[in-house]
Amino acid sequence: MANIETLVSEPELATENPVSGIDQSRGDFSYDVKYAFDAGTGLNAATVDYISSVKKEAPWIREFRHKALKIFESKPMPTHWATKDLENIDFSKIRYYLSQGQKPKRTWDEVPDDIKKTFERLGIPEQERKFLAGVEAQFDSEAAYSNIKDIVAKQGVIFVNSTEGLREHPEIFRKFFGKVIPTGDNKFSALNSAVFSGGSFIYVPKGVKVAQPLQAYFRINAENFGQFERTLIIADEGAEVTYMEGCTAPKFSTSTLHSAVVELVALKGAKIQYITVQNWANNVFNLVTKRGVAHEEAEIKWIDCNIGSRLTMKYPGVVLKGRKARGEVISIALANDGQHQDTGAKMIHAADETTSNIVAKSISVGQGRSTYRGVVHIPKHLKGCKNNTECDALLINSNSRTDTYPAISVRGDRNYVQHEASVSRVNEEMIFYMQQRGLTEGQAMSLAVNGFINDLARQFPMEYSVELKRLIDLEMEGSVG
Amino acid sequence: MSSLVIQDLHVAIGEKEIVKGLSLTVNSGEVHAIMGPNGTGKSTLAKVIAGHPDYTITQGDVLMGGESILNKEADERARAGLFLAFQYPSEIPGVSIANFLRAAVQARLAEGEELDATAYYKRLYSKMDLLKIDRKFTARSVNEGFSGGEKKRCEILQMALLEPRFSLMDETDSGLDIDALRIVAEGVNTLRGPNLGILMITHYQRLLDYIIPDFVHVMYDGRIVKSGDKSLALELEAKGYDWVKKEFAAA
Repeated sequence: MANIETLVSEPELATENPVSGIDQSRGDFSYDVKYAFDAGTGLNAATVDYISSVKKEAPWIREFRHKALKIFESKPMPTHWATKDLENIDFSKIRYYLSQGQKPKRTWDEVPDDIKKTFERLGIPEQERKFLAGVEAQFDSEAAYSNIKDIVAKQGVIFVNSTEGLREHPEIFRKFFGKVIPTGDNKFSALNSAVFSGGSFIYVPKGVKVAQPLQAYFRINAENFGQFERTLIIADEGAEVTYMEGCTAPKFSTSTLHSAVVELVALKGAKIQYITVQNWANNVFNLVTKRGVAHEEAEIKWIDCNIGSRLTMKYPGVVLKGRKARGEVISIALANDGQHQDTGAKMIHAADETTSNIVAKSISVGQGRSTYRGVVHIPKHLKGCKNNTECDALLINSNSRTDTYPAISVRGDRNYVQHEASVSRVNEEMIFYMQQRGLTEGQAMSLAVNGFINDLARQFPMEYSVELKRLIDLEMEGSVG
Repeated sequence: MSSLVIQDLHVAIGEKEIVKGLSLTVNSGEVHAIMGPNGTGKSTLAKVIAGHPDYTITQGDVLMGGESILNKEADERARAGLFLAFQYPSEIPGVSIANFLRAAVQARLAEGEELDATAYYKRLYSKMDLLKIDRKFTARSVNEGFSGGEKKRCEILQMALLEPRFSLMDETDSGLDIDALRIVAEGVNTLRGPNLGILMITHYQRLLDYIIPDFVHVMYDGRIVKSGDKSLALELEAKGYDWVKKEFAAA
């Protein structure tokens, strides 16, 4: 986030963000779970100590957390460029750690009933059987379930949560932990670094290509809660992996905070594809920092699909560090009434012949607001670098708002950049045309939106594009009338 | 036999009255043509029957199969068997014709009933064969980047597949060269039959050389001022609309 602070300013009043009823029914339920571990409400050094103690962490991690807390406290809210709605987050009212234990179960049978029921309602065990190589299911602060198929584990693939990763495999993870996204990158990466819990640590050994995706599901169950998972994925030379994450939370009357840090490292010739389909309830502040480093001839692709939440701020990035590295961000954001999707991408070219591609599509409905922020940086001394950026916004009804803040700094004359942006509307005539063929207004809007993102949705694995279409149908039904 | 009955219809946009007491009955199996100079309310008539939200009906009624359709939404009218072939069909980027029509067919099924995809494609392809349309056509996004002729053929294909009871065809000939006009007219003639009533709206007589109407009506200043058979169209062609204007100009 910090990189674009100087580029935009958006004066705006701190106003209440009205949240209206949108159908998020599938994720909108919660169980009254008894938590064995609870860090209480509010954030201070004792909170950090509590988390570190229950996790039985090495001293260097505790130290890392305390340092991060100081940085978090010293950094102002980035409201000089971001929305003033951030000021409505009350850090003293949030619960920073809730769990039933630190060790995830390896079979669903061992998972406590309420938690198991939660994930069954969300369809996770079924998906695992059908098409996943491994699943981690996080419930509030810790993974309740984590398993990887034997065939994948035998190839040397490590897929664990962050606590286990740092404890069991420090020789692999410590080297990269906090290096792609330094603690002080922005206020929320500092917050995450202080209180992180859960998330996935993945290592794919040299030359191993994981055929099926690994999946993590992040579930918030408790009210006034903050979820701070930390994910680090390392694909060694020539390795390939696809990781998917899904997220939901019930709709509480108070706000919930989700602030993750995700770091990816693709070593020489490796490929990482990271897919997010989030469907947060519209009281969630979703402030996530995601970045990858692509070494020589490596490829990192973010497919980021943002539905729901009150405010999402997320700009997945790729640092193109090695010659011929490739980076890609495919982003879909849907902002319905009472929601602000502030999303984008960052491509930092740091070697010759690196290429990057950004395709961002946003849909704004009713009072919903979409913002695109992009950074493309190609310094003067490089040659043969290419970037393509496309931003398309679709507006549904006249109240919608969309803003685009592209920042492209390309120096030198040996690089090539292309930027296209468009804004279109689903107008009354288009809806009438579809209604005249027998579609209801909701079906018509849904079809128009699905058409708008069709070329991107096709890049999703089939199961996810079906899920995406279903989510859009639900959103559009709720937005009519 | 079924009928589309328009009774003393008055239509306004805002304060401005556009249709001023129009009555007309189209029985299934019949082809009616409404002709008239520009700005006389012809296209308004088609849109208002189809349920466009911009217009207010101040008086009168429209019945289909004996039942008023005015309190129905546009999509309910469509599912009840009313089709409008648009003068300017909308583009729907990213939605293929096949998927669009599939959604339209699905919308006609009872709640919870799943569309039989194999049967659907079989029927779609048979209609395309009937209208001599290349199968690759349905993979394209609805109307996006279509020529005038392609847009109109796309309308006729939709009409063929949805099998309406009544079809309103708004200026189907506009923007077509003579070859495209011939192809589109051939499509309409193929679909003519005892179960379909057609109301064609046109400014020019030339469409009626290809689709021979059973009845011709002249619309002027929001009303039908003269009705007859196809010879009326030829008379209009010879005399022009000035003759109508002079004869029926509001006194």
